[in-house]
Amino acid sequence: MAGNRGIHKWKWVIFFLSPSLIGLLVFMIGPILYSLRLTFFEWNLISDAHYIGLDNFRELYHDTDFHQAFKHTLTYIALYTPSVMVLALATALLLNRPLRGIAFFRAATFVPVVSSWVVVSLMWRWIFNPRFGLLNYGLVQIGITGPNWLFDPDSALYALIIAGVWKDIGFIAVMFLAGLQSISDTYYEAARIDGAKVWQQLRFITLPMLTPTTFFALIISLINSFQVFEQAWLMPEDFARSGTSVVVEQIVNNAFRYNRMGYAAAMSWVLFAVIFVVTLVQLVLQKRWVHYES
Amino acid sequence: MTLASTQVNRTLRQSKQIAAGILQYAALGLLALVMLIPFVWMLSTSLKTTQYVLSATPQFIPDPLTIDSYKTLFDLMPMDRMMINSIVVAVVGTLGQILFSAMAAYAFARMTWRGQNAVFLLYLITMMIPSQVTLIPLFILMRQLGWVNSYQGLILPGLFSAFGTFLLRQSFLSLPRDLEEAAFMDGANHFTIFWRIILPLSKPALATLSVLSFMQYWNSYLWPLFVAREDLFMTLPVGLAKLQGGPRALTQWNVVMAGAVITVLPMLIVYLFAQKWFIRSVTLSGIKG
Repeated sequence: MAGNRGIHKWKWVIFFLSPSLIGLLVFMIGPILYSLRLTFFEWNLISDAHYIGLDNFRELYHDTDFHQAFKHTLTYIALYTPSVMVLALATALLLNRPLRGIAFFRAATFVPVVSSWVVVSLMWRWIFNPRFGLLNYGLVQIGITGPNWLFDPDSALYALIIAGVWKDIGFIAVMFLAGLQSISDTYYEAARIDGAKVWQQLRFITLPMLTPTTFFALIISLINSFQVFEQAWLMPEDFARSGTSVVVEQIVNNAFRYNRMGYAAAMSWVLFAVIFVVTLVQLVLQKRWVHYES
Repeated sequence: MTLASTQVNRTLRQSKQIAAGILQYAALGLLALVMLIPFVWMLSTSLKTTQYVLSATPQFIPDPLTIDSYKTLFDLMPMDRMMINSIVVAVVGTLGQILFSAMAAYAFARMTWRGQNAVFLLYLITMMIPSQVTLIPLFILMRQLGWVNSYQGLILPGLFSAFGTFLLRQSFLSLPRDLEEAAFMDGANHFTIFWRIILPLSKPALATLSVLSFMQYWNSYLWPLFVAREDLFMTLPVGLAKLQGGPRALTQWNVVMAGAVITVLPMLIVYLFAQKWFIRSVTLSGIKG
């Protein structure tokens, strides 16, 4: 066969692979290695970088701003993850009904997912406005005085969580929907013959059969929510920021505001390490609760 | 069982079904309302005059209805330039990513060569590293290359995602081998096979990667924020975020919402026409914008 052997074959391999591989080396692998090296240096982009060993990590260990940001990120994850999973599952169960016009409702649920975080942040900033916003107006109608949301360090984080859940429901629901559609009807038919009620079918068929999807969605949403940034950057009023700073915000501030490149790089590697360990733990724990059809 | 009781049972079951149907539609209606009201409110606010924006009772249909805020927006910001930037970055970025990913995927899926697995492993490893890790070195690289405030700087660093190669490789692998064998017999070379056989047969995977890539470029904020520092290279999300007044100015919500409408509209139009590929991309990858 022409071009399948020897030197001639290598010419083709180089032709197809080199644009992508060179790009990957220059814009991904190079920067990854460089970033790893940066963590051992103190550098402000202007004067010479100097080697400081593990000092960046030592400083990180005592940095109260970083601890605060980490705490906020964990709080965000702790409230966001269960909310988005449960609501997305309920949404998927609803969207899975063979009803007329269901395509419209599926499409509507996914609209926030394709919208940029900048648009969503500004939209929700306006909705969360304590005096003129839609949300507090609605709350007053049912007799609740809403908090000051993004104007208050104590409630701003909850506003970010609400916006985050709202934006991602459609994303996780689509995963669940695909999972639901892959469950064979024969299980439900057998259950109906045995007289199982709807909630029993949910408990003993749907949820167990859905665990591979739940597992996948959980991994993805945890990885994403450790990297929460745009809404924390764009939504809170400046005087409420003490209650919403997150890890990526710290990285960005140290790199581009304080010009501490090495310190920011060290933060990014700590973030990666945490994400890596959390994902690894989930991979190990999955044996206990995820059911794969053999 | 008598005839009458069977009939009663049937009516009972029917009315139960109708009740369930109403309940389901009510829940679906609530869902659509929660998902879409913010967008309706955004559009409605953008069409109001400044003095009606800050009203105690929300007004969904603006009266008077005006496009003044859009005019203010175009005076305030180089909107035409921002739109062109966003379109250039998203279109060139998407086409480039498709081309380079597809070529690399071809080398991995349709050819055999020494070291193939090791190189592919390299691709897989880079998929695990979060973008914040490369953010700082990439910015330093852009400075050294003089690419801060340039289209190269906006487009190139996002172009070489290992994920695209991974996705297309999976699709190319699923095509039968004898496809190209006949073509080789006829004297076709690898490029002809790639261009005329493999690509046309992989349209679903290419479409999925296209919408994903377009969405990522169009919605991207963090990278353009730091690499496009001059107004001349600002994309829509970056410009939009600048619109909202911090402590220095009172935010003009009708103008900000007009900017939001203009930023989100092209994405929504693409979504409307390519909906099934968006849905597919989620189930395939779990990557979101």
